[in-house]
Amino acid sequence: MTVEDQKGGLAGEDVVRDCFPLGMRVLAVDDDPFCLKLLDTLLRKCQYRVTTTNQAVMALKMLRENKDKFDLVISDVNMPDMDGFKLLELVGLEMDLPVIMLSGHSDTQLVMKGVTHGACDYLLKPVRIEELKNIWQHVIRRKKFDSKDQKKSLNEDRALHGTGDSGQGFASTGNADQDDRLSRKRKEQNEDEEEEDEENEHEDDDASNQKKPRVVWSVELHRKFVAAVNQLGLEKAVPKKILDLMNVEGLTRENVASHLQKYRLYLKRISSVAAQQASMVAALGGKDSSYLRMGSLDGFGEFRSLAGSGRLPSSALSSYTPGGMFGRLNSPAGLTLHGITSSGLVQPTGQNLSSSINTLGKFQPALLPSNQSASLFQRIPTSLELNQLQQNKCTTWIGDFNPIKDSRGFTVTTSFSDSRVNVGNSPSLLPSHSSNSLVLRGNPHQAHNGGAFGSQSSLGVASLTADAFENCSGGPSNFLVHNQSNESWQGTVQSSSPHIGNSSIDFPSTSAVLAPLEDSRGDIQCHEGMIGSVIHNMNYPSNQNWEEQKQDYNHNLNHTVSALNSLVPANGIVNPLSQSLDQNTAISSKSFDESLIPQLHGGALSLDQNSEVERYALGTKMPNEDYLFEQTRSLDGITQNSFGSLDDIMNTLMKREQNQTMLCDGEFASDAYSLGSCI
Amino acid sequence: MELGQMQGRLAEFTKSLYMEGILDAQFLQLQQLQDESNPDFVVEVVSLFFEDSEKLLNDIARALDQQSVDFKRVDAHVHQLKGSSASVGAQRVKNACVAFRNCCEEQNVEGCLRCLQQVKQEHYLVKNKLETLFRLEQQIVAAGGSVPMAEMTF
Repeated sequence: MTVEDQKGGLAGEDVVRDCFPLGMRVLAVDDDPFCLKLLDTLLRKCQYRVTTTNQAVMALKMLRENKDKFDLVISDVNMPDMDGFKLLELVGLEMDLPVIMLSGHSDTQLVMKGVTHGACDYLLKPVRIEELKNIWQHVIRRKKFDSKDQKKSLNEDRALHGTGDSGQGFASTGNADQDDRLSRKRKEQNEDEEEEDEENEHEDDDASNQKKPRVVWSVELHRKFVAAVNQLGLEKAVPKKILDLMNVEGLTRENVASHLQKYRLYLKRISSVAAQQASMVAALGGKDSSYLRMGSLDGFGEFRSLAGSGRLPSSALSSYTPGGMFGRLNSPAGLTLHGITSSGLVQPTGQNLSSSINTLGKFQPALLPSNQSASLFQRIPTSLELNQLQQNKCTTWIGDFNPIKDSRGFTVTTSFSDSRVNVGNSPSLLPSHSSNSLVLRGNPHQAHNGGAFGSQSSLGVASLTADAFENCSGGPSNFLVHNQSNESWQGTVQSSSPHIGNSSIDFPSTSAVLAPLEDSRGDIQCHEGMIGSVIHNMNYPSNQNWEEQKQDYNHNLNHTVSALNSLVPANGIVNPLSQSLDQNTAISSKSFDESLIPQLHGGALSLDQNSEVERYALGTKMPNEDYLFEQTRSLDGITQNSFGSLDDIMNTLMKREQNQTMLCDGEFASDAYSLGSCI
Repeated sequence: MELGQMQGRLAEFTKSLYMEGILDAQFLQLQQLQDESNPDFVVEVVSLFFEDSEKLLNDIARALDQQSVDFKRVDAHVHQLKGSSASVGAQRVKNACVAFRNCCEEQNVEGCLRCLQQVKQEHYLVKNKLETLFRLEQQIVAAGGSVPMAEMTF
């Protein structure tokens, strides 16, 4: 069993450790060449194996290439290309390596900052060799815990996989969360996160250890975590409850607690960005009801709660909510922007929620107090959180589900442009087309659809919707091209045109959506598209059989999601669309509006970082009522390689929960969600 | 000059540098890092330091020359210079940098210019001294002797 393997593995590690501290592999980062050289020499004197770089970006790249390449990282605090603390965090989150900070300042605040960001030590310059002689202890300490965790995690993984596949709400959400997380991490500015994939896959282990060993928060795990938090409401989220909700073996309350703390910090950070976005979005908002529904994949309703609770962690969201933007959406669009890298502003303007989810990196749950089920847009914060998100701002996917017949198509697009705020990275973000949140208007039957798209900026998604709907035939397959990411698929327009009734909208939109995608940074975009398509696929398989579709969809989603996951570098994008498409036939028509707003942010749709996992929660759960179409699409994942720009807002989880009325009527909420592609 | 004498001179000279505070314990550590595997370590490191610091000084001078001085930038440069001079053991330079940073905080251009002068002076001084030191060392080595490990006797 795995335990044995682990043991074997451990044994191997032990051997290496036996030589400790000699031969320890250290990565030294400092922009000052003189200091770097000095550090290099000192470390060599201690008989460590040293690699140096004067760029943080380079360092991250190296670390990502091969997680096991280094045992320890030493980094300067003041660096021009990236803040040392940020690097610290990223390394801690992604690679879980001990990091030592170096600085010429001995400010208490700085030291404190180092500690809170997870540094295991803080050294002052000039560095003395005596101090360096002892740094190996940090590695041993960490490894000790990790190995224990690994064991547990293996078990955990098994459990997770089991559930994960089902793509049922929870599991998928979990994945989504993790994707989010990864995407969060990816929010590095200009990082080429190609290697994110590796990270993603690397699910590490949940520590089920009793003692507080280090838990590696893999994408899956994080996703679950986020889902749980959303469900509970950020303010009310207490570790114990989260732990219970997550239902992961071997995870202790302490693990959750510390992770929650980090998560909160992250949210705070992005909220400021979001605020900016929000304002932007607000400006844009106003289009038809486009609201981003970010349905979290798993939680059909969970996210709703998020939305409902109106807790928008990100300030950006708050900007919306007050406006009551969310509320209105006919459909319970609760947009929770997760990790939309760029401030995902979800603005559910009255009807339109244009949520530019681009939360900068942090998860911004846009809560749409939608009346009904708020589709929460969950973006996997991971991407957002991390700087990466900043770049991508786009997560504004506005999926509005207009469950209510009106073509709700939320034109999120408008917001997208704002949301681009992505932090910085791609200046182009703002231009609406870059990150695109595709707002697809899914009201096929409604004439709006075409209109809905209007808001879509740049992605051209708009056009998709209209067209998409019509043709959707088997759209989903198109999307699945997520790998195609190149196209800046801005928003996979999920034209989930409500198949309702009319719907015969095959989901061409999805394909259409793909098209507009700007070239996504590749994966991310694809992912988003994929997700979208997946969702669409599900819905649309031209059969009106929702049931089947749904299932397919779910499957697709699952697949897609997984595919996306892998694609999405680190950003854990794409929350497995798990969802549930409630098969209600009625619902099926709902085609998820989720506009996958693949928000490829930043010109190059660098979704990577932002990879907000878009949760694609397609689950249309139709609770008795017609169906809940939850298309949570969290397109997070699209974190693109550092495009820096927008994270894909894709996380639009469009959950559509629409009361049946909508769906049945065909009005289906799948309103064209206009994915504003914020590019 | 006879080897012994040269070595004596070197020792004296080095000692004086420490006494005057031009060099500090950090330099000593650097010297101790030098060994067979890294025979020219000190020279290399010191040259690197001077290259770096000269560039920094120029940057600072330029920044101070601007119409509207960007003190943050100047401060950042000075901070870096302070860090590297501390790492090399150029104590007086480091102290001058500390004073300089204070001026930056006060956003006093005049004061900064003066501090810059001071830093430059110290920098020049330590550079000369170290060059002399290295020359002496070279002479000893050329004469077939070995440079004794500096001992801090004070």
